[in-house]
Amino acid sequence: MAKVSSLPPYATPMERAWYYLFRVICGCVFLFLIMPILVIIPLSFNATPYFTFTEGMLAFEAEAYSLRWYQNFLTNDRWLTSIENSVIVGILSTILATTLGTLAALGLSREKMPQRTLIMGILISPMIVPLIITAAGIYFFYSSVQLTDSLLGLVLAHTALGTPFVVITVTATLIGFDKALPRAGAMCGAPPTTVFFKVILPLILPGVIAGALFAFVTSFDEVVVVLFVASSPEQYTIPRQMWSGIREQISPTILAVATLLIGVSILLMTTIELLRRRSERLRGL
Amino acid sequence: MAQIAIGDAGKPERLTTADGTPLKQALGRVEFRAKTRAFLLVAPLLVFLSITFLFPIGQMLFRSLHDPLVSGVLPNTLATLEDWSAEDGLPPEEAFAALAQELALARENRFSGDLGRVATRLNYEKPGIRSAVTRTARSAARMEAPFKEAMIEADADWGKLESWATIQRLGNVYNAVQYLAAVDRRYNEFGDIVMQAEQRQIYVQLFGRTLWMSLLVTSMALLLGFPISYLLATQPTRVSNVLMILVLLPFWTSLLVRTTSWIVLLQSEGVLNDILVWIGLVGDNDRIQMIYNQTGTVIAMTQILLPFMVLPLFSVMKTISPSHMRAAQSLGAPRFQAFWKVYAPQTLPGVGAGCLLVFILAIGYYITPALVGGQDGQMISNFIAFHMQSSLNWGLAAALGGILLAGVLALYWLYNKLVGVERLTLG
Repeated sequence: MAKVSSLPPYATPMERAWYYLFRVICGCVFLFLIMPILVIIPLSFNATPYFTFTEGMLAFEAEAYSLRWYQNFLTNDRWLTSIENSVIVGILSTILATTLGTLAALGLSREKMPQRTLIMGILISPMIVPLIITAAGIYFFYSSVQLTDSLLGLVLAHTALGTPFVVITVTATLIGFDKALPRAGAMCGAPPTTVFFKVILPLILPGVIAGALFAFVTSFDEVVVVLFVASSPEQYTIPRQMWSGIREQISPTILAVATLLIGVSILLMTTIELLRRRSERLRGL
Repeated sequence: MAQIAIGDAGKPERLTTADGTPLKQALGRVEFRAKTRAFLLVAPLLVFLSITFLFPIGQMLFRSLHDPLVSGVLPNTLATLEDWSAEDGLPPEEAFAALAQELALARENRFSGDLGRVATRLNYEKPGIRSAVTRTARSAARMEAPFKEAMIEADADWGKLESWATIQRLGNVYNAVQYLAAVDRRYNEFGDIVMQAEQRQIYVQLFGRTLWMSLLVTSMALLLGFPISYLLATQPTRVSNVLMILVLLPFWTSLLVRTTSWIVLLQSEGVLNDILVWIGLVGDNDRIQMIYNQTGTVIAMTQILLPFMVLPLFSVMKTISPSHMRAAQSLGAPRFQAFWKVYAPQTLPGVGAGCLLVFILAIGYYITPALVGGQDGQMISNFIAFHMQSSLNWGLAAALGGILLAGVLALYWLYNKLVGVERLTLG
C-alpha cells in the first residue's frame, strides 16, 4: 500500500506537532514491547548474582561481565536433562501434530466436507480452552491410565495442543490452492499417494513447515500441563525447570537460559518469515 | 455417462446413467463417497483429540456434578434418612445407630482413607464437622443404645439439623453443591439456597476481578495496539517489515522468558525502580511496588498479549485504501474527522477480532498471575490450580473450571459468529 502519512509541505503547525507526537507515542509502545527482551540479554552476562545492572556494567568494565551463568547452565545436570526432555517431547509431538493436522486440513478444505464449521471449531478448541482446564483434565485422565510421570504422556498432551496451529496454517495455504493440479496428476495415472507426495505436498510445504514450527514452539514453551503431569525433575522440560528457577531458587542462570531461548525464537521467526515470503512469491502476490 | 432414457411414448422419462441407475441416486452416491473421503482425512485427528483432549476435560467436568464418596461410605445411614427432612426435627434413632455403625466400620478399614475423605468432604459444606466425624468414629464401636444420646454426647454437632442435612445432600451421587460453592452460595438445612458465611464469600469477587483484569488488559492492548497497527499499515513495506519485527519477536519469545524479564524490570530493586531513583523521581527508600500485585500482572499481561491485538488489527488496516481518507479530506473534512468518520469504522472488524482474542486468552491466564500476581493479582485459573494441587478440593476446582470454560466457549462462539475461526491467522 502506498504511504499516506508522510507530512505534506503545506501542513499546519498543529498537524506537524501531531505528526511527531504520534511517532513518539508509537516509539514508546514499541519500546514497551521490546524492552523485556532488550533488558534480559545484557543482564545474563552479569558477573554478580543479582538481577540489576551493576555500576561496573554501566561503565562497561570487562570484569563486570562474565559467562558464569551460561557455564552454570551447561554443566548443571538438571538443566541438561530438561534440554534433552524438551527436545525429545518437542520433536515427537511436532511430528505427530504435523501429520494429523495436515491430513485434517486437507480433509477440511475439500468441497464436500460435511459440518465444516463445527469440526473446525472442535479442532481449534485446544488453543481456546484455558490451559489450566486442559491440564486439570489431562492430569485426572493420566492418573487413571498411568500416564503421569512419563514423557509419552507429555508427547500426547503437547500433540493435542499443537494441532490447531498446523490445521490453521495449512488451511490458510490451501485457500489459494489450485484444485486442478492434483486432478491433472491423477489423470496422468498417479495413484493418490503419489499425487500427494509429488504434487500437493511440495506446494503446501511452506504452510506445513510453518505449522510444524508453531507446534514445536507450543511444546517447547508449554509449562502448565508439565506442572501437573510431571512430578519429578526426571521429566522436567526447560520451561518447567525455569518455573522452579523463578519460584524456588532465584539464580541468574535463568537469565542465561532466557537469552538462549530468545536466540531460538529469533531463529524460528526468521524461518517463518522466509517461508511466508517464499509462498507469497510462489503465489505471485 | 448420463443419458436420457426414452420411454415408449417417445417422451423423456428420467435421467439415468449408462448402467440404468437413476442419475439422482448415482449423484448421491458420488457425493456420499466424496463426503466420506473428506471426513476420513479429518477422522484421525478427531479421534486423537477426542481421546486425549475432549474426553479428559469432559471427565473432569463430570466430577463437578458427580460425587459418589459419601454414598459409598454411608449407604445405610442414607437409607434411614430417605424420608427425613429438617422440618421433622432430628432424624430417628435408626439413623444415629446406622451412622455410628458405619463410622466405626470406616475407621476399622482405616487404610482405605475413606473416613478422612468423607470427613473432609463434609467439612467443605459444613465447617467444623470434620472433628465431629473423626471424634465420633473413634468411640462409635463402644457405643450402646440409645445411640441418639450417645452420639450427641460424643459431639454436639450431631444434635444439629444442619449436620444431618449435609450428609443427606451429599449422599446424592449427582448434586450441584460445588457449583453453588463456586458462586458463594450453599443450601441451608431446609434445602433453600442461601449465601455462604461472609468470610467464605470469595469466588464471586474472584470472577469479578478476573473479568475486570481481563477487560483492563484488553483495553490497554487496544489503546497501545491501535496506533502502532495504524503506523505499520500506513508505512511503506520496507519500513513496516522492520517495525513488524518488534511485534513478532516478543510474540515468538517464550512466555516464561518475558515474565521473568518483567520481574527483573519491575521488582523494587529492579531496573525500572533504579532508573526512577537515578532520575530522582522517587527516593531510594520509597521505591514503587510495581510487582507481586495487580499492577504487575496487568503490565506483564498487556505486553504478552499485545501482539494478539496488533496482528488482526494490522491485517484489517492493510486492506483499507488510503484514498478513502484523502477523499474525505478533499471534501473538506479536517484530518481527525476524516479519520474518525471514515477510517476508524472500517477498522471495526479488526478491533472486534483483536479484542475478543485478547479477552479470551486473558480470562484463562495462569502463568503470569501465578508468578507476578502476588495476593491481589490472582485470577480464577490460579484458584483452580490451588484447589487441584493444594487444597485437593477437586470437585470445587472442576466447578470453577466449568464456569470458566462456559464463559470462554461463549466468547469463542461469539468470535466464530463475528470473525469466523477459518479466518484466524497466525504471524
